[in-house]
Order: sequence, then C-alpha cells, then structure tokens
Amino acid sequence: MKKDFSQNLGFLGLFLCMIITLLSLGSIIYFIVVRGFGVLSWNFFTQVPYSAMTKGGIAPVIVGTLYITLGAIIFALPLGLACAIYLCEYSPKSIVVNIIRISINNLAGVPSVVFGLFGLAVFVKFFGFGVSILSGSLTLGILALPMIISSAQEALIAVPQSIREASLSLGATKWETIKNIVLPTALPGILTGVILSIGRVAGETAPILFTAAAFYTRGYPNSIFSEVMALPYHIYALMTEGAHPDQQRAIAYGCSLVLLLLVLFISAFAIYLRQRQRSSYG
Amino acid sequence: MDNKIKMQAKNVDFFYGKNQALKNVSLDVYANKVTAMIGPSGCGKSTFIRLFNRMNELVPHTTLDGAIFLDDLEINSPLVDAVDIRRRVGMVFQKPNPFPKTIFENISYGLKVNGIKDKAFIEQKVEDSLKKAVIWGEVKDRLNDSALKLSGGQQQRLCIARCLAVETEVILFDEPCASLDPISTAKIEELILELKKDYSIVIVTHNMQQAARVSDYTGFFFLGELVEFGKTQDIFTAPKDKRTEAYITGRFG
Repeated sequence: MKKDFSQNLGFLGLFLCMIITLLSLGSIIYFIVVRGFGVLSWNFFTQVPYSAMTKGGIAPVIVGTLYITLGAIIFALPLGLACAIYLCEYSPKSIVVNIIRISINNLAGVPSVVFGLFGLAVFVKFFGFGVSILSGSLTLGILALPMIISSAQEALIAVPQSIREASLSLGATKWETIKNIVLPTALPGILTGVILSIGRVAGETAPILFTAAAFYTRGYPNSIFSEVMALPYHIYALMTEGAHPDQQRAIAYGCSLVLLLLVLFISAFAIYLRQRQRSSYG
Repeated sequence: MDNKIKMQAKNVDFFYGKNQALKNVSLDVYANKVTAMIGPSGCGKSTFIRLFNRMNELVPHTTLDGAIFLDDLEINSPLVDAVDIRRRVGMVFQKPNPFPKTIFENISYGLKVNGIKDKAFIEQKVEDSLKKAVIWGEVKDRLNDSALKLSGGQQQRLCIARCLAVETEVILFDEPCASLDPISTAKIEELILELKKDYSIVIVTHNMQQAARVSDYTGFFFLGELVEFGKTQDIFTAPKDKRTEAYITGRFG
C-alpha cells in the first residue's frame, strides 16, 4: 500500500511538471494571439508601413526575415554538413579532432550578441559588405553552424554500421557509401537540425542588430547588399523607439504573432518533408 | 578429384589492440566448394572470415600478420585496393542488412557502384539475381516497395541476391541464419548448395547440423586457433583432436 502511494505521488509530480510546461507555452501563445490578433488583416501582410510606421503593413519586414533566414541556412547547411561528414566519417580519432569537437560545442554557447559584434567587425567592416542581408545571413549562419553540425553528426552516427558494411562489401568506395547510403539514411535527422536552427535563426535579434537590420527602410530590399527590416528587430524597435508608443505597441504584438506563425509554418513544412522521407523508407 | 584452391590463409595472426584473436591460422578454401567454420562464440571464426574481404580494416586498432591470397593475389598487400577485392569477394552478413531503399534499388546498387549504367541490363540483372536467390516470386510485384517491409528471411535472401548481382567469385556467409526461423534457414541452405556450382563459398556457423548439411570442408576454431580442418565427413565422423570431438558431440560450446 505504502509503495503504491509513493509511486502515485511520484507520477503526480511528473504530471504537474508537464502541466506547468504546457501552461507556460500555452500562455505565451494565448497572450500573443489576444494582443496581436486585432491588427492582423490582409493589408498587414501585404502593405509597406507608412505614417511613421503606425499605418500600413509589415510586408517588407516579413520578406526581410525570410531573406536573412534563408541566406543563413544556404550558407550554414552545406558547410555544417560537410564539417559533420568530415568529423564523423573521415577524421582520425585524435586529440586535435577532439579539440575541434569541443570548440564546436563551445561555439553553441557563445552569447548571440557576441556573434553580432563579430559579424560587425568581420563581415560589415573587414569584408566591406556593409549593414546588409549578406552580412546578417553570414552572421546568423555562423550562429546556426554548431546546431547543424551537432544534429548532423548525431544523424550520421545513428546510421547503422551494418548497412555501411553492406555497401562497402559490394565494392562501393567510402565516398559512394556516404553519398548513396549514409546521407539519404541520415537525412531525416539532418532535417531536424535544420528545422531547429531555422526556428532559432528567424527569431534572433542580437546578431542582426549591427549587421543587417534597419529601423526603417523604404519598400523592399533590392539586393543582398541592402539593409532590411526583420521581424525580431522590428518588434524591438517598435517597443523602444518612435513617437507613437500606443499604436506601435499593438503592431509589435502583431509582429510577434506573425513571427510565431512564420516559425511554426517553416517547422511544419520541414516536419512534413521529414515525414515524407521517412515513409518512403518504410 | 581436382580441388583448385580459390583462397588461402597463410600463418595468419590477428589482433584487436593487444588481444590476439587469431593464432597462426592457415586454411585453404577450394573453388566451387562450401567451406564451413565452426566453433563456440568468440573463437575467432567471424574475425577470420572478415579477413577474406578486408572488412576488418573498418575496425580501428587492428593488426594482421600473415598473408591471405585470392588466386595468386596477396589481398592484404598495401598495393591492393580493398574495393577491388570486395568486387570479387562478396559477403552476406549475420543480421539481414538491406539498405533503406526499394527492393529494386537494393539489387541495382551494387551494379551502379560498379559503373554499370545500361538500364535494360540492370533490370535484367535484378530479375536474374532475385530468381537465383529464390525470392523473385515473392517480390516481383512490389519491386518498388521498401526492402524493410520484407520479413527477416526474405531480407536475408534479398541480401544474397544483392551480393549475386555483382558477380563475385567468392561469397562469404557470416552466420547467415543466426536470426532466422527454421523454414527460412532451410531455404538459405538449399540456396547455398545451389550457388556452389558458380561460386566458392565460405560459411561461418555455430550450428553444427548446418555445417554438416551444407559444407564440403569444415574447420573447427577454438580460442583463436584452427584446431582441425578437413573434409566435413571426416571432421564429423572421425575427428582427430579431442577438442573437436568434445565440441561436435555437444560437450561444450
């Protein structure tokens, strides 16, 4: 009897922890939806802002975020994947490689504002890309690298040794095995890493603060060297600057809701891709 | 009887780190015969068979002394590319290990990595290989289904078909029936007997009845040594070594 009681108490504790987690997530979504839903309209998604950003929509802001996020992934995915393949499949097991691994893990722990300063120093100033989509994408790409590398590594390690051996035993070279067998098998896991990093990158503010984001631009960006408005920074700007705080606050909540939806949409798309990949492998 | 030697191990020592797994093993594999390796778990028989297609190279910190020949070619020479050896010496593994691809792609893969691009030829070869492995009837209507949907026994025959498609000269079976039911096991044994017309076959098994049923020659391994090697009939009816006798009569192992 006593054992049953303590066991039930334990389950209750676990259940409560789960509820608290769900509640905090639920209340964030509730709060943002309630405050932000009012400003959502067709115009909000399709128009450029005007009248000191109190009227019009946020279309260029959404486009800016999409550009920067896409740019970051285009840069980070091939680089991170190549790095993971080298570390998992080719690198000799040595102290140097261990140091590389530890460095990559530490890179993940660097505060994002430091990435922002780094981007400012290297991409904006040294390479002379200026405050631009390119600089912002590269900075966010570096931020996403450790996430992509470590999830790709996990996915590669999870590919059973037995099917690598099967491929090699048929006379395939190591690279043929990696390209035809290991990578396709690891793809769902790699995509998971991409999903996570897209969510992170789209919402980051500090790294684009000095490298890509502008408080206000006229219309849409017209090249990769343009400054852009981006959702996270736009929210920050609306809440801290400008002459019409009340009107701006409502728009800021609208932007938050849009950012939330955007990240959910991107993730859902990637999950769909992953599911399709999985089901085709039975 | 004309017994041509197809593969040959000469004074082979093999180490995992500092652990010696094989001690001075010499053994001949005859062409178009089935050579079985028996012995208790951990005796080195699987390690030994994996030397014939240089699979042990994938395991870090291993060392090999001695020589292994395929016809006249010393396969463990540093001048020889392991990929070339594996194109001549195929392997079927202990656990069925189909690729997470379709049934068709599983078979065509070996052809593609060997540089064959002719579609009609590949299709014909896939069909022939599946027929030879006696699985064609079960899969011909679903070649584009995932191979992972097949049962364990079917998967293992698919793996054999995959190996047949690349037309090796030798096939190594590493406990091919260890995870299969008796009916699937019987099918694979029949298949092995059929295949020896065209291939030289080496099979590792810890099922002595299996060795007796399918093999022409048997080697008994114990603690990394090849205790006894000879015609299967002789090994099972008149073993020369006491340890062999004890093992085949079921006193240990």
